[in-house]
Amino acid sequence: MSYKIIGKDLTPPDIEAKVTGKARYAEDFRADGMVFVKVLSSPMPHAKVTGVELSKAKQVPGFVGVLTADELKQPKDAGHAILSNTPAFVGQPILAIAAETEQAAAEAVELVDVSLEPLPFVVDPLESLKPDGPDALDGGNVANRRGVKFQKIKWSGKDFALAGDDSLPKGEAPIDWSWGDLDAKFKESDLVLEETFVSSANAHHALEPRSAAAYWENGKLHLWGSTQSSSFAVPSLAKYVGIEPKDVVMVSEFCGGGFGGKGYAYPVMAIPAFMSKKLGGRPVMMRMSRAEEFYNGSARAGFQGWVKVGFGKNGRIKAIDAFVVQDNGPTAGFWDFQNFGDASSIVFQPEAMRYRGIPVLTNTPPKGPQRGPGENQTANIMEPIMNKAARKLGIDPLDLRLANSPGDGGKNAIVGAKQSPVTSAYLKEALEQGAKAFGYAEKKKNSGKRNGSKIRAVGIGQAYHSAGAAGFDGLVRITPDGVLHIHTGVGNLGTYSYMDTARVAAEVLGYNWDHCVIERGGTKANMPWNLGQFGSNTSFTMTRTNFAAGTACKNLLLEIGAQSMGGSPDDYELKDEMVVAKSGGGSMSFADAAKRAIELGGKFSGAELDEELNPMTKASAKALAGTGLVAAAKDKLPKKGTVPGLAAAFIEIDLDVETGRVEILDYLGIPDVGTVLHPKGLAAQVRGAAVMGFGLAALERIVYDPEYGRPQIRGLYQAKPPSWLDVPSAMKSVYVEGAIDPQNPVGAKGVGEPIQGAASSAYLAAITEALDGHTFNRVPVVADMIINHVNGLSQSHKPLQVNCQ
Amino acid sequence: MTDMMHIFEMLQPTSLDEAVALLDKHGKDGWVIAGGKDSLDWFKDRVKKPEYLIDISGVKELYGIQDKGDHIAIGPMVTLTDLSQNKLVRDLFPVLADAAGRVASPQIRNVGTIGGNICQDTRCAYYRDGFPCYRAGGNTCYANTPTAMNREHTLFEAKRCVAVTPSDTAPALSVLDAQMVIARDGKLRTVGVDDFFVGPEIDIERMTAVERDKGDLLVQIKIPKTWAGSRQYFEKVADRQVWDFALVNVAMAAKVGADGSIEAMQIACGAVQCTPRRLKDVESLVVGEKANADLEKLVERVAARGAKPLNYNQFKAPLMSQLAKRAVRSLSA
Repeated sequence: MSYKIIGKDLTPPDIEAKVTGKARYAEDFRADGMVFVKVLSSPMPHAKVTGVELSKAKQVPGFVGVLTADELKQPKDAGHAILSNTPAFVGQPILAIAAETEQAAAEAVELVDVSLEPLPFVVDPLESLKPDGPDALDGGNVANRRGVKFQKIKWSGKDFALAGDDSLPKGEAPIDWSWGDLDAKFKESDLVLEETFVSSANAHHALEPRSAAAYWENGKLHLWGSTQSSSFAVPSLAKYVGIEPKDVVMVSEFCGGGFGGKGYAYPVMAIPAFMSKKLGGRPVMMRMSRAEEFYNGSARAGFQGWVKVGFGKNGRIKAIDAFVVQDNGPTAGFWDFQNFGDASSIVFQPEAMRYRGIPVLTNTPPKGPQRGPGENQTANIMEPIMNKAARKLGIDPLDLRLANSPGDGGKNAIVGAKQSPVTSAYLKEALEQGAKAFGYAEKKKNSGKRNGSKIRAVGIGQAYHSAGAAGFDGLVRITPDGVLHIHTGVGNLGTYSYMDTARVAAEVLGYNWDHCVIERGGTKANMPWNLGQFGSNTSFTMTRTNFAAGTACKNLLLEIGAQSMGGSPDDYELKDEMVVAKSGGGSMSFADAAKRAIELGGKFSGAELDEELNPMTKASAKALAGTGLVAAAKDKLPKKGTVPGLAAAFIEIDLDVETGRVEILDYLGIPDVGTVLHPKGLAAQVRGAAVMGFGLAALERIVYDPEYGRPQIRGLYQAKPPSWLDVPSAMKSVYVEGAIDPQNPVGAKGVGEPIQGAASSAYLAAITEALDGHTFNRVPVVADMIINHVNGLSQSHKPLQVNCQ
Repeated sequence: MTDMMHIFEMLQPTSLDEAVALLDKHGKDGWVIAGGKDSLDWFKDRVKKPEYLIDISGVKELYGIQDKGDHIAIGPMVTLTDLSQNKLVRDLFPVLADAAGRVASPQIRNVGTIGGNICQDTRCAYYRDGFPCYRAGGNTCYANTPTAMNREHTLFEAKRCVAVTPSDTAPALSVLDAQMVIARDGKLRTVGVDDFFVGPEIDIERMTAVERDKGDLLVQIKIPKTWAGSRQYFEKVADRQVWDFALVNVAMAAKVGADGSIEAMQIACGAVQCTPRRLKDVESLVVGEKANADLEKLVERVAARGAKPLNYNQFKAPLMSQLAKRAVRSLSA
């Protein structure tokens, strides 16, 4: 289909502020009388506060007030406390102090005499599952926000004895599903691989720490915060503070990185809100340090796992049996481990499958969703295994993948425990088209060849993420000057998907883009109820809401045309920002239609709204009522099945066996996104995800001292996200041609997450190719592991050890 | 953790005499800051909280790179960027220029100084985290226990402390026989590079001959022209190509005769012990030999001899051997 705006490179309206430094992030705001907060954090991984002596702290000049855990409602079970007297991870805030200056607040925090009683702690999930293993929280060691209640589970000595030291013990698992005849399928397999693996936890390390500032006025909380979602953050913040969402005024115009860690409000965001309330509404600024961001800024869950894969001789996967123990952190965490089942089922389409998983609480920083939560860990473990299998079967790694990957639009493709259908899938086409664009066949000829100390190798990666939802709202308005205002609650994570989805409303109405304004950046922009900007969901979900609002607006314009010029709405069409009689003659500008809408009132001006709209959308539309033609609509388009975000990637590397260095020579990412909304935006996503993926695969580290439970990686120089010199200066980005998602009105779906997992798993698969089929079964693969392997040394870590890379 | 520095008094001398006088006056309570890339981390973490900060950036005597005939003189305030790009240094001592150019990141090299790079404290995660270890005046090494995480720590000369030198330029200065001029109490003394870097067996609480609590100030680095124009090599292996400390680095200077035989060689590795480690076995092995595959094999065999790996750093021994081999290989070209 030919579009006027969709698929064009438009300039995001906020980009100038970003590149000139004019953009104001949460910590840039100041207000008269503002005080500054610093938190006292736990130095221990698990402890009980037995006493707090504040007399010295209160003597610091400029001391204003203190907020303690006793003043806040404490969550039950594995809830995430805002302040806690039983901190469950190093860095958990115990109390907060406000002072006239940030310096004074830090001085006062240092002078608090806090007495802590150390409690048993655990940083390795398997240790907690041992019969006498420590529990991360009093009363339990297992919980997850999806489907696993807070409970205590211990595995038997026999479970551990049967496994030995080198493979994963497999005891009781709260999540356990299967389909097909697993035993029979393994029996008929020509190759069965069984691997125990570890995927390291990985901190989000958003460049902008989660600083926040707040004040209260007339019973409303005003808050400047760092969040990747705008409307979605409001109810979650209200819940932390214990108020109604309507009483939150939030500014969230810019976000310096979230990666899933700022999808909704988070506990520390509420600290300045509570402190301000205590101080009679006085503005309070809380700037988080880099180390505090590490502790409180969320992390990808680590895995200890086992997988058994049965292959036919042509590479077709007959059966997958998988077991994942998740490092869940000390809170309810995220369901990464469950996504192992979903991701491996859709990418490999096995004929039979079993999945078991258990989320174990640990005294490490809280875990939250990070770009491809679970799916990208899955890719990183499974793709090198595919290369190992291809070698053993004597077939090309590309052919092995093509034998399994879903394509042809996703007909008969299934995903997950219930073998659910998908809306569209073109992973096979991604592999085929990507191989061609990358020059795979030519490059493969040199794969495995050594030149001096370097071995050249080619790798292929694939990944998945569930990428679409339905039922959210859209809101647009035409003002009497004829301008289209597209209200959006999508955040500003940096992907510009707020703009790329907003453009659909303009497309439906036939607008010129320079007559459109995007209203965004917080509650003052009168946002509709939108899904958070996460989960690769925005493209699919919010093109639908903007399509709904645009269509509603179109219908109102046609009605106004009929009312003003006679006839029925069917007699009119929209053309050049005019309502035009199909038969010729009469016409009315959108500007005049907007004026008429104000006169008409009712459903035309926003005075009357669809009852099914979310209260946030209704409140926003009512606030706008009478300012023009206001159209608010809920996305009621049909949706059946899972929307699979899918991607493939190709990489060429040189691995230096003397130094362990991996140099990336060439890279190509190819997502299955259906209709491309914004070519430059997509290319930036593909490249950015690749850089982050290479970090996930081989550079970013998490290390804890097991004796003291203290993390040794807190700053960016220790965590080692990739730098420009670690990635190639040019990386190729293409997309699957001819792919359309039929359940999206413009055929689009998102891909922000799988394109990272495709990159990271391609990198790891290439290492396996370079090392003659060796799989480390561990992520990240850092230089010392390669050096040890090449030199025939055992690895320094034990097979299931965690927090050591 | 709060990223807020303590309150201190900032003193900004404009002459060397003034700087030395301030250091003498404040002794233990004073702290010299040059580029600040090491100091500010300590302060922001509130692990070290000196009362007086003596900012030497205004002391013009501490700048400049000069040809003094039989040696070149480098001011400690010369930035790593300037050092790496200086023509005199590049022509005579490329190993030092290359090492300076591999430190940290371009931004840090623009601010960080050569004096700071060789005087910086170790990066042991336990020590930096404020653990009361030997180096911090306590009575335990937390990095060398049965469970300690010590991937970045020593292979050699572990004497209670297992921290390593983090400097990239130190091994280069080591193989060039640099000399450091240190001021104290109005007097200057010159210390050879082997004595400048101090291991835990001499003093576990400092890493160089510069004794902060006695008011010492590094005022000049002299490099004799003994190795000027020789074949030189520097390589650093780190997890990342920028903004990272070395897992192991190597620096070499060698004199090669017209027939290709090695007449003399000095070679050192960083990040394998508390001080730059001269590879004496390699140095004696290669004299009179021609660089070729056979010699490389022998170099590989002896370079890390005597290494005593800890829990997580056994990879450093083969890495060290490979880097020594690559340095020698560079002579065969």
